[in-house]
Amino acid sequence: MGLFIAQLLTGLANAATLFLVASGLSLIFGVTRIVNFAHGSFYMLGAFVGYSLMQVLPGAIGFWASVLLTGLVVGLIGVIVEVLVLRPVYKAPELFQLVATFGVILVIQDLALMIWGAEDLLGPRAPGLKGVVRIMDEPVPLYDLALIAITPFVLFALWYLISRTRIGVLVRAATQDREMVAALGVNQSWLFTGVFFLGAGLAGLGGAIQLPKGGADLLMDFNILAAIFVVVVIGGMGSLPGAYIAAVLISVLNVFGVSYLPQSTLVLMYIVMAIVLTVRPYGLLGREEVVGEHGQVGEPERPIKPAGTKARVMVAVMLMALLALPLADSHFLVILTTDIIIFCLFAASLHFLLGLGGLVSFGHAAYFGGGAYAAGLLVVHVNAPMELAFVLAPLGAGLAAFIIGWLCLRLTGVYFAMLTLALAQLLWSLVFQWDEFTGGDDGLVDIWPAAWLSEANSYFYFTVIVGVGGILLLRHVAHSPFGYALRASRDSQRQAEATGINTKRIQWMAFTMAGALAGVAGALFVFSKGSVFPNELEITKSFDGLIVVFLGGVKTLSGGVVGAASLELVKDYLTRIEYWRLALGLLIIVVVVLAPNGIVGSLRKAWERLRGTPADEPSTTAPVALTSASAGTQESER
Amino acid sequence: MNSAESAVLKVEGLSKSFGGIHAVSDVNFELARGELLALIGPNGAGKTTCFNMLMGQLRPSSGNVYLNGEKITGQKPRRIWRKGVGRTFQITGTYQSMTVIENIQMALISHHRRLFSLRPYATRLYREEAMQLLELVGMSEQAERACAILAYGDLKRLELAIALCHEPTLLLMDEPTAGMAPSERIALMQLTADIVQERNISVLFTEHDMDVVFAHAHRLMVLNRGELIANGTVEEIRNDAVVQEVYLGGGSLFAAGDTHA
Repeated sequence: MGLFIAQLLTGLANAATLFLVASGLSLIFGVTRIVNFAHGSFYMLGAFVGYSLMQVLPGAIGFWASVLLTGLVVGLIGVIVEVLVLRPVYKAPELFQLVATFGVILVIQDLALMIWGAEDLLGPRAPGLKGVVRIMDEPVPLYDLALIAITPFVLFALWYLISRTRIGVLVRAATQDREMVAALGVNQSWLFTGVFFLGAGLAGLGGAIQLPKGGADLLMDFNILAAIFVVVVIGGMGSLPGAYIAAVLISVLNVFGVSYLPQSTLVLMYIVMAIVLTVRPYGLLGREEVVGEHGQVGEPERPIKPAGTKARVMVAVMLMALLALPLADSHFLVILTTDIIIFCLFAASLHFLLGLGGLVSFGHAAYFGGGAYAAGLLVVHVNAPMELAFVLAPLGAGLAAFIIGWLCLRLTGVYFAMLTLALAQLLWSLVFQWDEFTGGDDGLVDIWPAAWLSEANSYFYFTVIVGVGGILLLRHVAHSPFGYALRASRDSQRQAEATGINTKRIQWMAFTMAGALAGVAGALFVFSKGSVFPNELEITKSFDGLIVVFLGGVKTLSGGVVGAASLELVKDYLTRIEYWRLALGLLIIVVVVLAPNGIVGSLRKAWERLRGTPADEPSTTAPVALTSASAGTQESER
Repeated sequence: MNSAESAVLKVEGLSKSFGGIHAVSDVNFELARGELLALIGPNGAGKTTCFNMLMGQLRPSSGNVYLNGEKITGQKPRRIWRKGVGRTFQITGTYQSMTVIENIQMALISHHRRLFSLRPYATRLYREEAMQLLELVGMSEQAERACAILAYGDLKRLELAIALCHEPTLLLMDEPTAGMAPSERIALMQLTADIVQERNISVLFTEHDMDVVFAHAHRLMVLNRGELIANGTVEEIRNDAVVQEVYLGGGSLFAAGDTHA
């Protein structure tokens, strides 16, 4: 009994940090509709800044002053990020901003590395709260009790701010209807900045307050990211009490998981989330999303046309050039190109979902990694020949997508995105923790292609044929009746349903197909590297996919492939310098600000401007189109 | 005119409440083959709610809907569409990323059950059929334009063409002329009336423009606060004291024509 109570208290104490960080994320999303990937980075900064401040400020007063100051400092950093990075892209198409926040993650990672170094920092103990008390004979740290006592006050203060003050009224109003708030004369820019200050500040507080229990290290940002997404989704987007309940639930569960089910601590969290969302699709205290809230924003996509003769010839020439590449006799070039083609196929399959289907999946790596692992497991455990593994890998990935798609498609918008993320993480945690079967952290090794492909360049040819074939197949499907039905379901679900189209089934099949093709990419990957590790299914891999699809241009057919190829090339070049994350992050931010329609979309616009008018009338007849190409000049009013 | 056997659409005791609010209560009516029936009423009377229950976008709280004698209450819109009901919406919902003709082709692809086909290219399917429909509504010259840049009146005409794709027996048109210029309204309703007569289709439509209603409706129903308060010919409705009292405020607004524009 004593142990039980002690563990319960530990869980409650851990919930403090989780709640602070998650409530910030929830607030920012609620008002600005930005899924802030960089929220984990604010938390990490909180830990580092808090650490440094505590070195300078002595004693108990210094400790708590440091915590509060950290909130202020990180809040101000949040303001800088909002003003410099996000303001120029508020009018960009839906969810495009998350690319910018991803750039911020990279920048903050390297800045933290520069300032605080690569060593993990051990947090100082809180002065005056260093001891333990015995509760039913079990030792409980005093600091834990302090955290448990503080959190409800923070919750109450936030609740008071949101529901009892004028600022809170504005925040709530903006959460429900931003346009209306703007129409009533509220300066949205400052409202957004204010919310970013508050949200980032809360994340900073969370980072500082956990120092005595943990410390500060460079992996904190991604480590907490999945957990706070889970908390926000379980609690219900935009609900503070919901976030608190969910934070407690997850933290307590985690503590008990560590003692009783040490092999499945990670899995547990995602299973709870899946159960909650099955029963309550919008979280414990969330409200149903208003239809259309996450519909197509900005200029509608242009009509598509099958490639003309000129384009076909160009593709054929490029394909020839690819096949001739080994003549250059550069092993490095062949390997690099293999990687690029594989990544392009992965990106193209995600783009199919995201661009044509309007289905924003945050967990697409599950099918890439799933395909790789399916092939790897077959080879390692049943000694399957490569050919068989290669056929079964996309089937396995497709099956995973079939099941996950069925679960997720009951939801829409950001809830859909979050559930895809959670289920992908579930798959990842399974692979990560099931050592005996998947090799866990050590991965699967010794997975090589069949004899007929073992020649130096033959696997390259194989990759070109399968990879480019997959990309062309996706492109063909875009023009097929099925592809049109998918776009119809995205453009107007009501109209599609009223003309006999079962939109959910169309989307479900598209989800499965995208998963299967990501699985093909995964199979190509595992045989080219000879090994696979859990990070191929991880959240960062999914984000990589999202980044390139958005960077390339969601509303263009070739966006995914162009984005993937560009980023891989740039990455290959940049990773040779010491602070490559900083450089890449800045580059991403610059591209986002300069080209809010993605690389392909913005190039197309530039080309049209150069030529005079586009093929049809200028698209400026669409009310929102005017501003999208000229970010950064006239945005300040919105 | 509307004997029970020949009724294309029959509605019995149709009601819908949202929480404690009775949006539509106990609506009964029949619609005969080839009949143009107008459903009028002030804003918020429950007209669109009625439409949404007929086509399955909303499930009724109680009551039943019969199509050609078959009960279709609470079925999904896509199933009701397959049974031969076409619908246009008050606010158009055409596919913005497609061209005009592709919008029609999409409905034809659905009608011919080719939605899951991977070949051939969608733009090559049923082009001629689509073109004929566009000619019917007078939009063949705009076939290749992007839907996103059409004028609103053209979108309404496109919607009508889409609704005719599967040769429906019943058309539900929710404010088919909303947002159009007065001259356009008359033209569109004339076009609809011609098509209806030629193809022997039944139409139920809502409309705020009384000129349009009186010019083309065979019969009128008046909905007020969710209840049908009158049902009859143009002449009968004009002289109905209750209608004049409740809906028209006792004045002679009919003569004034466009009450809501």
